Amino acid sequence: MSVEHILVLFIFILSIFVGFEVISKVPSMLHTPLMSGTNAIHGIIVLGGMLVLAGADTPLARTLGFVAVIFGSANVFGGFMVTDRMLQMFKKKKK
Amino acid sequence: MSATPSILYIFYIVAAVLFILGIKFLSSPRTARYGNLVAAAGMLVVFGATIPLLHEQSWNLNCTLMAIGILIGLALGALGAYSVKMTAMPQMVAAFNGLGGGSAALVAGLEFLRRAHSAEGIAPFFAVTMLFATLIGSLSFSGSIIAFLKLEGHFEKPHTFPGQNFFNGLVLLVILGLCGYLIGGQTTNSTAFVILFALALFFGIAMVMPIGGADMPVVISLLNSFTGLAVAADGFTINNLSMIVAGTLVGSSGTLLTLLMCKAMNRPVTNVLFGAFGSASGSKAAAGGVAGTVKPIQADEAALLLAYAQRVVIVPGYGMAVAQAQHQVRELSDELGKRGIEVQFAIHPVAGRMPGHMNVLLAEANVPYDQLCEMEAINPSMDRVDVCLVIGANDVVNPAAREEKTSPIYGMPIIEADRAKTVIVMKRSMAAGFAGIENHLFYKDNTRMLFGDAKASLNALVAAVKAN
Repeated sequence: MSVEHILVLFIFILSIFVGFEVISKVPSMLHTPLMSGTNAIHGIIVLGGMLVLAGADTPLARTLGFVAVIFGSANVFGGFMVTDRMLQMFKKKKK
Repeated sequence: MSATPSILYIFYIVAAVLFILGIKFLSSPRTARYGNLVAAAGMLVVFGATIPLLHEQSWNLNCTLMAIGILIGLALGALGAYSVKMTAMPQMVAAFNGLGGGSAALVAGLEFLRRAHSAEGIAPFFAVTMLFATLIGSLSFSGSIIAFLKLEGHFEKPHTFPGQNFFNGLVLLVILGLCGYLIGGQTTNSTAFVILFALALFFGIAMVMPIGGADMPVVISLLNSFTGLAVAADGFTINNLSMIVAGTLVGSSGTLLTLLMCKAMNRPVTNVLFGAFGSASGSKAAAGGVAGTVKPIQADEAALLLAYAQRVVIVPGYGMAVAQAQHQVRELSDELGKRGIEVQFAIHPVAGRMPGHMNVLLAEANVPYDQLCEMEAINPSMDRVDVCLVIGANDVVNPAAREEKTSPIYGMPIIEADRAKTVIVMKRSMAAGFAGIENHLFYKDNTRMLFGDAKASLNALVAAVKAN
């Protein structure tokens, strides 16, 4: 394991703690939008799909990479949109 | 990756900060919507920084496929997000999560197959991250589909058979064995890898099928964090820091959210996942019998009770969501408000199919914030409530959680509706709730049952209250 791997693991471990800390005080009514919002954030996988597709050189790899990009793209766009739609309603009522 | 310009990492740091701030803002009602936009901005930063990297070579077929793929995903996502009814939000989150999981599994699988056939082979470290992402991602994909179908009303009941946990354990063992085999040097064996992929998909189905529809929120939340971790593992594999950070944030916050949900139901997470809730123990409790009789009431009489009350508490549940009755509920509460009656909504943390489900629906109907009360806030004053109107809620108001030691929901915090002077329960029939157990509340002396579709009953109530 190289130093680079260790550093990346370091970032990984710290991210775990940040993830725990940052949502520790959420009122239960915001649980659904929060789940939806974090769901959108892991839509970043579309980037992985794109990077893999960029290196694809067989028809099978192209097809699977293409599907990965579609899935990831639906995850990221749909995720943020649906969260926004939910939260729009919270906004309206608080006058 | 040494060729990666350091400026890229600066952008990744900015994006990481935006993701963290986004989640932070999402956890307060005042800033929640802003938080979602901040997270989306983080995503834009990542894309803006990475896409130029892809264009080192000239435009080729892969680039075209990428652009088309993104547009199709955008169209699917927008269609799903804007066409879905507010009541079907949980399904939508499950669907998007499943797609993310599938994507993560495909990315890992493709990298694995490509590297397996490359000259340099696969280092054990990457074999682990790739197999992990494949496993967890495909499990999340198939599990989310089942969760989606269950929330859509297909095979809602837990599906169990004798020795199920043993069987699932066996499948898991085979999966782990295959992983060990692949990591232990046989990384060029594509057949073993494909079998692993298929088994992981199957395991996702086998894991979620025995879980009842009522527990789907917990399952979706868990699968959401799984997908996050799969994305993080992919980030390790293709050495992309922003994916590691984003995936890990989702993984850990999703795990915490899952635990919070289980805590609200007073059940350990293992019980949700492996307990096959509501099957054996549930029917036993129901067979135990309940004292008292069911006393139906007509809308006119119920309206009289409401119209001459001083304090009314409304307990909404999944039945309100199914009947799409949130607007009628608000109409009724406005009508009662005009008569000077104090109306409050008591929201159980797990009412509906997702925590916060009821808040979202009531918000859609413009019920004012200050009328919504959390369970802990309202319970101490429940015995000063004249009429408690239970609309399509069941397990979350079942006093068995307090009184019946043998009940599977014993110890779960409930809204103590039974302590109100009169309880009116609106329900379609006497069918048991998702936990599959009798509700003792329906047999109490102070309870009246108003049978029928929630929307129709509420319309009748509103008309009758107006007439009084």
